[in-house]
Amino acid sequence: MGALDLKSVTKSFGTTEVIKGVNLEVAEGEFCVFVGPSGCGKSTLLRIIAGLEDASGGDILLDGKRVNDVAPAKRELAMVFQSYALYPHLTVRDNMGLALKQAGVAKAEILKATDKAAGMLSLERLLDRRPAELSGGQRQRVAIGRAIVRTPKLFLFDEPLSNLDAALRVATRIEIARLHRDLGATMIYVTHDQVEAMTLADKIVVLRDGRVEQVGSPMRLYNDPDNTFVAGFIGSPQMNFLKSAALGQMGETTGIRPEHLNIRHGGPISGTISHVEKLGGETLVYVRTEPHGLLTVRLFGEHDYGVDSTVQLDIEPSRAFHFDADGKRLR
Amino acid sequence: MAKSRSSTGRTFAAHAILITWTVIALFPVFVTVINSFKSRRAIFADPLALPWPEHFDLVGYTTVLKQGDFFGYFQNSMIVTVVSLFFVLLFGAMAAFALSEYRFKGNTLLGLYLALGIMIPIRLGTVAILQIMVAGGLVNTLTALILVYTAQGLPLAVFILSEFMKTVSDDLKNAGRIDGLSEYAIFFTLVLPLVRPAMATVAVFTMIPIWNDLWFPLILAPAEEVKTITLGSQIFIGQFVTNWNAVLAALSLAILPVLVLYLIFSRQLIRGITAGAVK
Repeated sequence: MGALDLKSVTKSFGTTEVIKGVNLEVAEGEFCVFVGPSGCGKSTLLRIIAGLEDASGGDILLDGKRVNDVAPAKRELAMVFQSYALYPHLTVRDNMGLALKQAGVAKAEILKATDKAAGMLSLERLLDRRPAELSGGQRQRVAIGRAIVRTPKLFLFDEPLSNLDAALRVATRIEIARLHRDLGATMIYVTHDQVEAMTLADKIVVLRDGRVEQVGSPMRLYNDPDNTFVAGFIGSPQMNFLKSAALGQMGETTGIRPEHLNIRHGGPISGTISHVEKLGGETLVYVRTEPHGLLTVRLFGEHDYGVDSTVQLDIEPSRAFHFDADGKRLR
Repeated sequence: MAKSRSSTGRTFAAHAILITWTVIALFPVFVTVINSFKSRRAIFADPLALPWPEHFDLVGYTTVLKQGDFFGYFQNSMIVTVVSLFFVLLFGAMAAFALSEYRFKGNTLLGLYLALGIMIPIRLGTVAILQIMVAGGLVNTLTALILVYTAQGLPLAVFILSEFMKTVSDDLKNAGRIDGLSEYAIFFTLVLPLVRPAMATVAVFTMIPIWNDLWFPLILAPAEEVKTITLGSQIFIGQFVTNWNAVLAALSLAILPVLVLYLIFSRQLIRGITAGAVK
């Protein structure tokens, strides 16, 4: 229940093509995250899956059945929106129960379903309130509850944490991960935040300009990126890109993650420290070098380095990635 | 805190300006109402005097209530105004929803076409309208007035409401679609309550010209049993003699219903229930 299959899906608004042929398989029970910079088409793709937008071409298969022409309500999916989108005139309970009521489910059953969902999200005490009387975090929990109540084949999340503050974002992220384990349902989650993608996903789909750049597990994308875009997008702080020629390495660009760049006296890259960020558990040192530009070095623990002092850097050759002039990975 | 923005001087100035404006705006109404309670002689002797006991006279009101079917006129005006208003708001909101919500060919063009009526006075078409009403056998019916006023009110309603409907969150409408609400249910239960302040604005702007109109009742429905209040009041204004007591009394009475409707809508203007829907 809940396997999704996209076959060369395209979407154009007028003459602008926003989705340029996406092929994707999401297995039953999988947590799949669409990630990419704004304007990459990830939200549009989600809305096509939901049925809120029609695909201009290609097929959308849910459990093997083509659903291109099926209305959103009949696709047996639920969606959580960035702006919560709660019905302002209904109480929390009615908000959660509306879809079942529309489907003609008996009142007693709706009551049971809403009670169960409220229990899972500890919303019991808020059931008779209206959305205006709730805080942002509570509203988003109600929105998630509204999705759970329907027991859908497929959960769709459209940047659900973007409007929450940092602490709530982490708490809600953990809650969503727990829900995925408890419900075992297929979930598709859109975000521009690679941390959310890394922490939640079984499978990450990196999108750019309406095309899939790479699909894989978080660690696969981290350790084995196909191109400079994926390498730069996944991982924080961002991967360093160095000029291969100056290092005597192959390809045009050499990528090295900040934790695989060390400060070592006598190392091959020399530069001056432009800034140091101490985070307690780790220290980020920004080094200006010729001809590579600003490089980030990630050191674990606390370190003292003076700004403007000269240091030498060393790379771990086994952890370096090589890319050609087009940004494609050389293996 | 000495330079706080709400200093006494500023507050005083602001209130002085507002009070001056209020007095100017209400002056004609005030003069009409006080003179309606005076005898004919007192009206001309001192139009600005208050109706003190020595001048107090209800002759205007008794004349109005005795002559002609005044309650009938009231009822006609009320029916025409309320029914036209209902249709303007219903059709205006539906058209505005379609224009703001759905992508289709000629959307912008259609929106401009519907808004064109704001700039072209409907009275230019009076002769044609009269011909249509004669052909349709609608002369001397309230239906004729309702149709004309609905047409007259729609352009502004569509124009204002479509702008407001664009501000209603797409996510909310999409949530409704996923939950299985029909487009009609989305329109009536989600979108309309959120644009209620705009509806009230449109209602006020539509209602007052309809209530005050003399032109179309005179041309399309001059018969006794379908006269509106503004037309009914004209029986007291003659070419040579004008019964000022009666005219002023009739006008004072005519203010009341529209005032009540205005109060109902203005409360809606203030009340915003969007809070908590999104963000």
